[in-house]
Amino acid sequence: MTVSTKPSLLEMEAIAARHPHLLQSSSTKRLKTALIGIGVLLYLVFSWWFFSIGHVLANANWGIAGTYLADWVSYEVRPEIAIAADGTMALSYARNSPLGPNPNPDWVTLEKKTVTRTIEAPAAAQASKPKGSSSFNFMAPNAALGDNQTVQAPNRIETRSEEVVTRALIAFDRSTSIEVASGVVTATHGGETLVMTVDGADTATPQGPLPRWARQKRPGEKITLSFGLTGWAEVEGDEVSIRNRFFGWANFLFDTNSPFFGKPYGEVASLIFSGERIDPARSNLSLAWNNILYNAEWQHLDVWTKLLQTVIMAFVGTLFASLIAFPLCFLAARNITPNFFANQLTKRFFDFLRSVDMFIWALFFTRAFGPGPLAGISAIFFTDTGTLGKLYSEALENIDDKQREGVKSVGATPIAVQRFGVLPQVLPVFASQALYFWESNTRSATIIGAVGAGGIGLKLWEAMRTNSDWENVAYMVLLILVVVFIFDSISNALRTRLMGRKTH
Amino acid sequence: MATSVLSRQLSESGALVERHWQELNARRRLYTLLGLALLVLTLCASLWFANDSNAGKFFDRLPHFFDFVGDLVPRDAMEIVRAMFDLPSPYDDGSFKYNYTDGRLYLTESLYIPEYFHKMLETVNIAIFSTVVGVFFGFILSFLAARNLMPNPWIRGPVRRLMEILRAFPEVVIAGFFLAILSLGPIPAIAAVSIHTIGALGKLFFEVVENADMKPEEGLRAVGANWIERVWFGIVPQVLPNFTSYFLLRLEINVRASTIIGAVGGGGIGELLRLAIGQGHEAKTIAIVILLFTTIFAVDQFSAWLRRRLVGDQAFQLAQ
Repeated sequence: MTVSTKPSLLEMEAIAARHPHLLQSSSTKRLKTALIGIGVLLYLVFSWWFFSIGHVLANANWGIAGTYLADWVSYEVRPEIAIAADGTMALSYARNSPLGPNPNPDWVTLEKKTVTRTIEAPAAAQASKPKGSSSFNFMAPNAALGDNQTVQAPNRIETRSEEVVTRALIAFDRSTSIEVASGVVTATHGGETLVMTVDGADTATPQGPLPRWARQKRPGEKITLSFGLTGWAEVEGDEVSIRNRFFGWANFLFDTNSPFFGKPYGEVASLIFSGERIDPARSNLSLAWNNILYNAEWQHLDVWTKLLQTVIMAFVGTLFASLIAFPLCFLAARNITPNFFANQLTKRFFDFLRSVDMFIWALFFTRAFGPGPLAGISAIFFTDTGTLGKLYSEALENIDDKQREGVKSVGATPIAVQRFGVLPQVLPVFASQALYFWESNTRSATIIGAVGAGGIGLKLWEAMRTNSDWENVAYMVLLILVVVFIFDSISNALRTRLMGRKTH
Repeated sequence: MATSVLSRQLSESGALVERHWQELNARRRLYTLLGLALLVLTLCASLWFANDSNAGKFFDRLPHFFDFVGDLVPRDAMEIVRAMFDLPSPYDDGSFKYNYTDGRLYLTESLYIPEYFHKMLETVNIAIFSTVVGVFFGFILSFLAARNLMPNPWIRGPVRRLMEILRAFPEVVIAGFFLAILSLGPIPAIAAVSIHTIGALGKLFFEVVENADMKPEEGLRAVGANWIERVWFGIVPQVLPNFTSYFLLRLEINVRASTIIGAVGGGGIGELLRLAIGQGHEAKTIAIVILLFTTIFAVDQFSAWLRRRLVGDQAFQLAQ
């Protein structure tokens, strides 16, 4: 026979009637919960209005978000195909191309032929304009020579023969490609094909309906093709812009000016260890190392130096803070120094150091010492003296008095009482707190760096402000996370040894 | 020496113990000395490096240390009050420096909120709002990360890793990323601060949950309550005071954090402070610092008082 463990409704009511105090909480308590809930809800509604969150979110450009996120881990190569009215084309790459000034990637196939054209040639100066200067020069190569040709030659009609591109095929991946030939752009993506005619001036017309991945706002205007993660393209009347996206960081080790750029790793290794000297002045190994350190795009040496600055700021700042807080905390502790005024004075001093924020100290010291790690060290030092001093004096006030009495009872001097009666109890706590702050300051030093107090913060901030160097941001964030993780582990291990497993 | 006199009178085994003790002592002293030497060496190298890579050198700049304080002296003391309450200045020459009245936020025709008070309110509101958001998600995640409530390591592990990442990711980066998308304003600051708060509070919360008494939970399990009921009726009432205390602690920290994020473009008073310092507007700077100081002090005191009432002194450990 089975007995149902679930009481029937009647039984439940009977039980409820017998023990009303268990089931009915007091009305004030129920009201309190409801009131808190309503309060929080009202606050959220108020904040929604206060920050006009809905408006901001609606105006946000979430498409950019995707591009930025993709930029963290990938790079784009941007060939542009200019289409002339007679159907001929010219292919160029955007400045700052990660593949260097003259890339010739294998996913671009060009058919060229030499034709005789009659064109309106602008002034001669423009014809001699250097093309594809390195992206890292601030000046055009000719600028320093001072050959500015300010004389405006009139445009003249000229007939000459030149090599032009008649057909260009850009293969994004196996299912996506764009072909440009004689005024017709053919895009293929995911099994669908879109044919567009371009007139070499300002209208682009799709033939047939637009597939899902193509968009055109008004007839004749540019057509945007999005191929998801692999890239996108824009077709205009006189230009086809390709944005082909690749996973990874192309010039992470060697920038495009380096002789090692673009070579496979095996070849670089063999060049370094057994190749001819590229630069006769030094070995290939030192050349390669130098090229990595001074990589113009990634600035490895600079980033590492700034990271070291951050670590050092946290280390020196916390060390000095604990050294200064150590003697002061004895003054602040009620049980060690019975003098009320000395107690209050030191405690308020700690409060002052602590409550002026680290950020304000950082701004202050940036003005005093100029931007750099000294400002950061001083800011951390000042704030942490306050915090550590407070924590240390609290630790002192919590000590067991028996040890002190024991040492005192054998007639020890006051210094000896502190040394043997107090220190052994609090030293592990002190060290553990200092270690904890060292580790946590490694994190906060990133933020005060952004206002000029040295360290990697400013570099990180600059990379983000330009909105184009998100891969550098990713690199620096990765380095910061690794460093924080390492110091976290070191500080945890040391603290466990000092304090035992229980406290952390 | 006393020990040497003693050791002569020791028995053979006693002398052995004594010698061993001396050896241990000598070795410990050596290690301490080595450690100290290493520390001093690292410190010197660090100081040299910091000084070398700084824009101004320490000893060159030391005489100028109080220049900044000197620069901060306004023309007369009333200027600070005028800057704070947006009163017109008699020195007004149309420049940006004395445009105190510009930032007024008019409630009615004649009644206005001074600019800095308004911005301070915004900063505090950023802190409160992001703490509330952080607490909400941290609350949910903490139960999934606690060993005693979530024995399945395949859920617990990823949740803990997620919180670690949220916590360790620099706030500046999150703010910068959202600034790029949402443009200037308080929302990037909210996003940055609340994401950090989720990670930091989630950790503190789940440690509290792991220390909770499991007997109520067992009781609920015995009468057939499901997981959510067990957590809601068995664990939450126990941990709520501690959670509230951590919430208040975090609120204190976030008021500071939102000031900092403001200075790098996240809206609020931080931006104004950075501008005032950068352009050398002494009265404005002092007004903002006083306001900031008062607010942070008030928030600290209020939350300390509330925490003490809630859980007593044990809630006063620091948490980052």
